[in-house]
Amino acid sequence: MPAPYFDYAALAPEIILTVAIVAVLVADLLFEEREKYQTSTIAGVGCLLALVPVLYLAGNGADRTMFGGAYMVDNYALLMKALFLLAGYVTILLSTNYIEEGDYYQGEYYLLLLTALLGMTIMASARDLVTIFVALETLSIPTYLLAGWRKHDAKSNESSLKYYLMGVLSSAVMLYGMSIVYGLAGDTRLVEISKYVSSGQGGQLFDVAIFFTLVGFAFKVSAVPFHFWAPDSYEGAPTPVTAFLSVASKTGGFVALLSLVYVGFFGRGDAWQPILWVLAAASMTVGNLIALRQTNLVRMLAYSSIAQGGFMLVPFAVANQGDGSARPAAFSATVVYLLIYAVMNLGAFAALIAIARKTRSAEIDTYAGLFNYAPALAVTMSLFLFSLAGIPPLGGWYAKLVVFKAVIDAGTAQAVILGVVAAVNSVIALFYYARVAGMMWFKPSPAETGTGRVPVALGAAIALPTALILAIGVYPNLFARLGELATKGL
Amino acid sequence: MDWFDSWALSLATFIPMVGMAVVLAIPKAKEALIKQVTLLTTALTLAIGVIILFRFDYDAADKLQFPVNKSWIDVISSRYHMGLDGISLPLVILTMGITLLCVVYSWDHFPEPHNPKAFLALLLVLETGMIGTFLAEDLILFFIFFELVLLPMYFMIGVWGGPNRDYASIKFFLFTLFGSALMLLSFLALFFKSDPHTFDMVTLASLHGEGIVHGTQLLIFGGLFLGFAIKVPMFPFHTWLPDAHTEAPTVGSVILAAVLLKLGTYGFIRIALPILPEAAHSWAPVIGALSVIGIIYGALGCLAQRDMKRLIAFSSVAHMGFVMLGISTLTSFGINAAIFGMVAHGLITGMLFFLAGSVQERFHTRELSRLGGLLLQAPKMGWILGFCAMASLGLPGLAGFWGEFPAVLSSYEPAEGLNLGLFRFFMVVAAIGTVLAAGYLLWMLQRVAMGKIPEEWQDAHIHDVHKPEWIAWVPLLLLIVALGVFPGAVFNVTDDAVQVISKAFLAEGAGH
Repeated sequence: MPAPYFDYAALAPEIILTVAIVAVLVADLLFEEREKYQTSTIAGVGCLLALVPVLYLAGNGADRTMFGGAYMVDNYALLMKALFLLAGYVTILLSTNYIEEGDYYQGEYYLLLLTALLGMTIMASARDLVTIFVALETLSIPTYLLAGWRKHDAKSNESSLKYYLMGVLSSAVMLYGMSIVYGLAGDTRLVEISKYVSSGQGGQLFDVAIFFTLVGFAFKVSAVPFHFWAPDSYEGAPTPVTAFLSVASKTGGFVALLSLVYVGFFGRGDAWQPILWVLAAASMTVGNLIALRQTNLVRMLAYSSIAQGGFMLVPFAVANQGDGSARPAAFSATVVYLLIYAVMNLGAFAALIAIARKTRSAEIDTYAGLFNYAPALAVTMSLFLFSLAGIPPLGGWYAKLVVFKAVIDAGTAQAVILGVVAAVNSVIALFYYARVAGMMWFKPSPAETGTGRVPVALGAAIALPTALILAIGVYPNLFARLGELATKGL
Repeated sequence: MDWFDSWALSLATFIPMVGMAVVLAIPKAKEALIKQVTLLTTALTLAIGVIILFRFDYDAADKLQFPVNKSWIDVISSRYHMGLDGISLPLVILTMGITLLCVVYSWDHFPEPHNPKAFLALLLVLETGMIGTFLAEDLILFFIFFELVLLPMYFMIGVWGGPNRDYASIKFFLFTLFGSALMLLSFLALFFKSDPHTFDMVTLASLHGEGIVHGTQLLIFGGLFLGFAIKVPMFPFHTWLPDAHTEAPTVGSVILAAVLLKLGTYGFIRIALPILPEAAHSWAPVIGALSVIGIIYGALGCLAQRDMKRLIAFSSVAHMGFVMLGISTLTSFGINAAIFGMVAHGLITGMLFFLAGSVQERFHTRELSRLGGLLLQAPKMGWILGFCAMASLGLPGLAGFWGEFPAVLSSYEPAEGLNLGLFRFFMVVAAIGTVLAAGYLLWMLQRVAMGKIPEEWQDAHIHDVHKPEWIAWVPLLLLIVALGVFPGAVFNVTDDAVQVISKAFLAEGAGH
């Protein structure tokens, strides 16, 4: 057996990340306590450096496969890697002051963050059940620890433990499903599995295997009814970690789901389609209805991200319907939604962290009159909230549009019903997003207002998504093209 | 001037946006500068409008003029396509004029909590949205502009509104968003049902919904109907309107009444009717019925009001009922009347809301039972109120007449294939509505302007009309008279373009 072929150019992003991880570890060992904030710089530079080969590979254009098709570097993988690295970079910007001022362990924090990112970049290329699983654990285990970073807070401990138990449970369920898939198909590579699927073998046992695998991922992307861990974990974790969980970690789950469904299981639409239909409808509706009742903005955003996840599941549920033209449309719809969602949700959390420096709380009541004493923050927060609601001319509208477009493209009765459910949900969602905006704009300010300044890193973490969300809203072609490119490999 | 022709519409739409960016860049403390920049921006926009008026080819009013057609979102084949024909022209000019007058009116009395910077910035965003909606010739572009007005209006009501502003602003937002979500689904359905797939309104209109099964057409039209009918608003979707109008600051109410409601009726004329004539034909009786219910319901609602602004808001429901009745006849006569009605309602009701705002500013109340004797205390304002009430009830010689009377008349002879008896019944009901309109408007006039000065205000020092008010109002008053005397000024512009739309229904009727 010949030695496996290594394409070092294709693996460069992962290699650079690994080097950065080691660098952070060594730096943490050598630096004095007061110098440790520099680990954040190292981590940030590592993320940006890892982007360089991603851009080079994208410019180069050729698809590269390794390990017999288990590892694939194509447009889609590169796009997702870029998304993860940028989301990671923004998270580091968010964390810098938060972690330093909060008197937390800094070196370990960035070490774990980078490790999770490494798992995600691997996930983007994984086209094999084992690789997917390894990537998933690499990205999950560090986040279990990060969620409990506020050690002295009972809520943070609860957050970490809940997240851990649920994560392990879902991994177990998923592995069980995968093992049956392997047992039947005789291969772990998705391409081979899809050949097995299209040969029409497998019967009901294969349906069961698909069911278990999908349920495992439903936990990861916190789809209703497997969402219970999310709000508690989100609330207890340090806020930058929450931002990371709700964007990068969730996207990691979706990337795996995209590869599995569109590459591996696609031919068995009758098995996975109904499951995803129900997950999508339930996530949107339940997520939104519970978000209506929240009094804490972090919890509200947690439920809103469950609902947003529902919107991303909608294209899955209609991908295999109609005359087949829906498949690429549905795939690119989810990809584009993920990209835009990442921008606006990170922005919302960045604004939230900045506002918390003034209000000292994430309770929605404490936002009263923010517009009067911190107009810039109030305006940017409102932009992100209304973008999440999908109001033009903010970027979120295009994400909603492509989902609706995929639905109408499929054109079947189930698809249109799901479309109407989504339309009604976008109205419900507006209510709670607008309520927060209303609190900031319409209510009188409290007698005493905080004077916390917004540090530079945090300011950058707000400005970047703000500019992007406006640019996408006015000229969506920017991201739409990316979605189209990602679909090419399909 | 070729340069101007290809840039005119983009300039008209985006100059306010540029102005908004400038306003945002000016520090909050420099109020005078902020006001001057806004005034300059809106004046410049109107100047573009005036040049357009002069360069518009009135002999080809049915053609889209000053067209722009550039690539925008290639991936979903949506284009930046804008154009102006006889139907859009009066509405665009109305929008530009009203916005300018609103800036003048609010010059030195911004509602609480003051903050002219934010207020004017939002007003400018609104203007871009409104003008863009009337010019867009691509469904997605239309959708963007149609929705663009929601955010500024939401904040305008919510920040500067009355005591119940929280409820009113969110209700306005939710209602409209619900309609437009379904409208968007219909747009997408139109896209996929057309061959080749397109969002282009001109192409879609030339297809007349060919190749779409009748049942599907009805559904798609239903989505469009909800989106537009909520905006108009038609009975039974009108409940957001009285709340929004009553709570909104004066300028917000004026913009809402004068322009925002027209986005709905314009949507019917520009999108729903020409693109799906067959479905429109089937839906026409429903639209007609809801219109006349709206006329009567709005009028009865008026008679039950105790708040002056709320009364005018309900009168809007009735007036927009006349407009929709004209549209539901699917005849060129009816649609022309509808467009005239839109313009006239914009001028007259806009004026009435200005007056209601000024009354409130002076008496700090709009309770009809507490007001009275305005003619004694502020005779000029009293007379203007009387004049506008007359115009609103459709007195011949003033603009209101030409919106209302032909709309009623048009239902005597609806498009071929529509139930003649039914529409003549609508006509009778609508005629009763005009009588009721006279009733509530005269009642309001009597309560506010006539009679003795109530105890409460005996010693109050009430200013008559002051300067910014004069500047803001005189153009409107003159136009109300001018259009009343020369209705042709609007009818001649709209007629050619309307003929194109109604032609589809002649063929439709013959097919039945």
